Amino acid sequence: MTTNSPSKVHVTTTINGQQHELLVPGYMSLLDTLRELIGLTGTKEGCLDGNCGACTVSVDGRIVDSCLVLGAEVNGKVVETVEGMATPEGLHPLQQAFLEEAALQCGICTPGFLVAAKGLLDNEPSPTEGRIRHWLAGNLCRCTGYDKIVRAVQKVSD
Amino acid sequence: MVATFEPKTDYKVVGTRPIRHDGYDKVTGRAIYGGDVKLPGLIWGVMVRSPHAHANIKSIDTSAAEAVEGVFAVITGADMPKAPSKLVDLGEGNINFKWASNKLMADSKVLYKGHPVAAIAATDRYVAEEAARKVVVEYEVLESVTNVVDALKPDAPIILPDMVGDDLGEDVTNTNMAAHVRHEFGDVEGAFASAAHVVEREYNMQMVHQGYIEPQNATAVWDEEDRIKIWTSTQGAFPARTQIAGILQVDVSRVKVTPTEIGGGFGGKIPVYFEPIAAILSKKSQRPVKMIMERTAVFETTGPTPGARMVVKLGADANGKLTAATSDIWFEAGANPGAFIGPAAMCIYAPYEIANTRIDGWDVLVNKPKVAPYRAPGSPQVAYAMESAVNELCEDAGWDPLQFRIDNASKEGTRRGDGVLFSKIGMEEVLQATKESDHWNSPLGDAPAGKARGRGIANGYWFNIGLKSSANLAVNSDGTVQLTEGSTDIGGSRTSMAMHVAEVLGIGAHDVRPTVGDTESIGYTDVTGGSRTTYATGYACWLAANNLVDVLKDRVAVLWDIDKDDVDFNDGKFISKAEAQKSIGFKELAGKLDDLGGPANSTGSVDLESAGDGFGTHIADIEIDLETGKSDIIRYTAIQDVGTAIHPAYVEGQLQGGAVQGIGWALNEEYFMKDDGSMANSSFLDYRMPTALDLPMIETVLVEVPNPLHPYGVRGVGETPICPPIPAVANSIANAIGKRLYSTPMNAGSILKALK
Repeated sequence: MTTNSPSKVHVTTTINGQQHELLVPGYMSLLDTLRELIGLTGTKEGCLDGNCGACTVSVDGRIVDSCLVLGAEVNGKVVETVEGMATPEGLHPLQQAFLEEAALQCGICTPGFLVAAKGLLDNEPSPTEGRIRHWLAGNLCRCTGYDKIVRAVQKVSD
Repeated sequence: MVATFEPKTDYKVVGTRPIRHDGYDKVTGRAIYGGDVKLPGLIWGVMVRSPHAHANIKSIDTSAAEAVEGVFAVITGADMPKAPSKLVDLGEGNINFKWASNKLMADSKVLYKGHPVAAIAATDRYVAEEAARKVVVEYEVLESVTNVVDALKPDAPIILPDMVGDDLGEDVTNTNMAAHVRHEFGDVEGAFASAAHVVEREYNMQMVHQGYIEPQNATAVWDEEDRIKIWTSTQGAFPARTQIAGILQVDVSRVKVTPTEIGGGFGGKIPVYFEPIAAILSKKSQRPVKMIMERTAVFETTGPTPGARMVVKLGADANGKLTAATSDIWFEAGANPGAFIGPAAMCIYAPYEIANTRIDGWDVLVNKPKVAPYRAPGSPQVAYAMESAVNELCEDAGWDPLQFRIDNASKEGTRRGDGVLFSKIGMEEVLQATKESDHWNSPLGDAPAGKARGRGIANGYWFNIGLKSSANLAVNSDGTVQLTEGSTDIGGSRTSMAMHVAEVLGIGAHDVRPTVGDTESIGYTDVTGGSRTTYATGYACWLAANNLVDVLKDRVAVLWDIDKDDVDFNDGKFISKAEAQKSIGFKELAGKLDDLGGPANSTGSVDLESAGDGFGTHIADIEIDLETGKSDIIRYTAIQDVGTAIHPAYVEGQLQGGAVQGIGWALNEEYFMKDDGSMANSSFLDYRMPTALDLPMIETVLVEVPNPLHPYGVRGVGETPICPPIPAVANSIANAIGKRLYSTPMNAGSILKALK
């Protein structure tokens, strides 16, 4: 990365279960830290101002827009991205439901929706349709009109 | 002679809902979109943009930017090749290389806020942005115009002094009017004179944006052989290549475009923005250069669809028969010519049979970004005007708005507003399905205290284009088939292509592995746009599969030592015509090809007229808070003639997505322009597209009137569904509060104003 950055921050963080030691430029967002330093490009850039949710990741179990968090801020924290959802046993049930329900068209918003929806169901396994819609209001999708996304999340709800 | 096909019903693959082939990569984050491209030694490019909407560039000083450590290249308008004035058809809209080049990088004058004036390539985006702030540009600010009325005033500032406008065939200079077209049929004046009911209304719309979530991007390598390699999120690798080569003034064969996965387009990713700039930066820096657009610039400098001023007049006889219609339509083109007045004229009267019609359309320059296609470009605007006026005519005369639409529906033989005669179309079937729908037959329900409810319906139309597509097939020894095709996949189309092949060969959808090729691995294919992809590229896939059957018949003839003419193919099996019990399945044959002549490949290519006319009708139920003006869509149904739905889930998805874009356009979205010609709401926060919280489920009714021009009856689907929502919502608001809104967006503020 840049040769003339004023300072880099030593960051130790767990990303998708794997520990990383990084030197992160102080100004670098968590989004760019994931995409440019680690190579986890599944987390997408849509607006860089926290309004589209395409860059949604989980930090210590809390859903954040990674474009609004500095890479330096995740020192000692646990980060989960879309790349961490599937296991050797197979896709996460939400990933499977998104495929079966045709809940993606272009797919650029899908990683953010999946991480956000997992954040909901991990804490509230039986949300109402209204609760799902409210929870996902921070994630924009321009292709689907949300119908099939909401149905996919409902399919995985208890 | 155009081939026609009898409708079929006994499909094995068509009409099923297999999981999309690219889905696994897209739900796991592995899919590579334009912004995810990595190359060894990659550096970043950023633009320096004008803060003014209209200004002369007096000087540009890039020395301080060049001195920033980590900067590899700085370019300005002086580095742009001088592209000649040449108009090229991109399938959905034209571009002129001269204006297109000027749009990407200003020459001596900036024409809209955000107009690029320089570009910088540096080690990373942070360094490049730091350097961009050090470019010093001296401007002479000029008066700007941002609406069609001001732009056509005699003393208006002239945006492109060297543009020659076309006023009904006459050249005009020193004007912001790029074009004026007219279509007139019958005796319009006479028909109005004898009409029993006449309405005339003016409707206005602000520009809106496609709103794709993935910003524009490009990665370029200008190599030592003077070959230009581009990776980009584009709706068409070949039309992108045409534009890049034209703007850079090189032969198309010098440019290779690799289409990455694309994060939405809706027409906005047909024009190129960063590709030629990244290429020039790469040439100058001798490094691969990647650019990703900031969201503000996406709003300020790409894609809006035209804002419009429209005056529509309708006349009907005492029996409720539409007899006359006129419309005067002024569309904002942005800073270069090319508003979609042609499509507007084709679409405005299309759902109706009207004997006497006139349309006048004007393409008008304003100091805003050059418009780009947005899902049925030009049609949602005129649908808002036409379908609102139709309801006003019905209200005036006391007619039922659905019955009126049924009584006046266009059908085979009806003349469209631009003179074209319809072949077999499904408007009547769609309206009948609307009448029979659960939604139309369900009560609106009582509004809670302090609220009012209303229901609105409206029609919409898009003509759907055909154009050129290519597909290649190769048989694998395990009985599967590789498919390479040229249509970038924005919404699951790869799977529909594979289903075309699988249906012919009698194998499963997942026995076909589809890949979208680059410009050096597949034949020319036009844009994913104009609702053409499933129709035209699907047709090419069908042809390729039939050609593959022909190739394989040769092999079977060798295997059985009989004449090829004695080999039949049916239901996935090759059969000897002489001995009916002698047969071999596709998969079994695939395993024997090594001894029967080796690899079996085939190709299919098409150049088609039209993907069949697409008609839809939507029903919107709205609930309005009478104190705040806030509205909620409480039920919504999209009914559309989709020809044959190859993959119904993705067809429903097109209807739902189009409907919601239209709802956003109706209720909230607009380019809110300030007096200085800048956009006040150029972020997703302020532009405010619909979220999941704003909407109900979107019900769909797929009416299937097979298109005789496609082997499986496919008709273009994707664009029609954005046409009915704006007037359907407008009509629902009028039904709820008894007041009609004559401009978009119909937000809480304007509803409240209407209530007072």
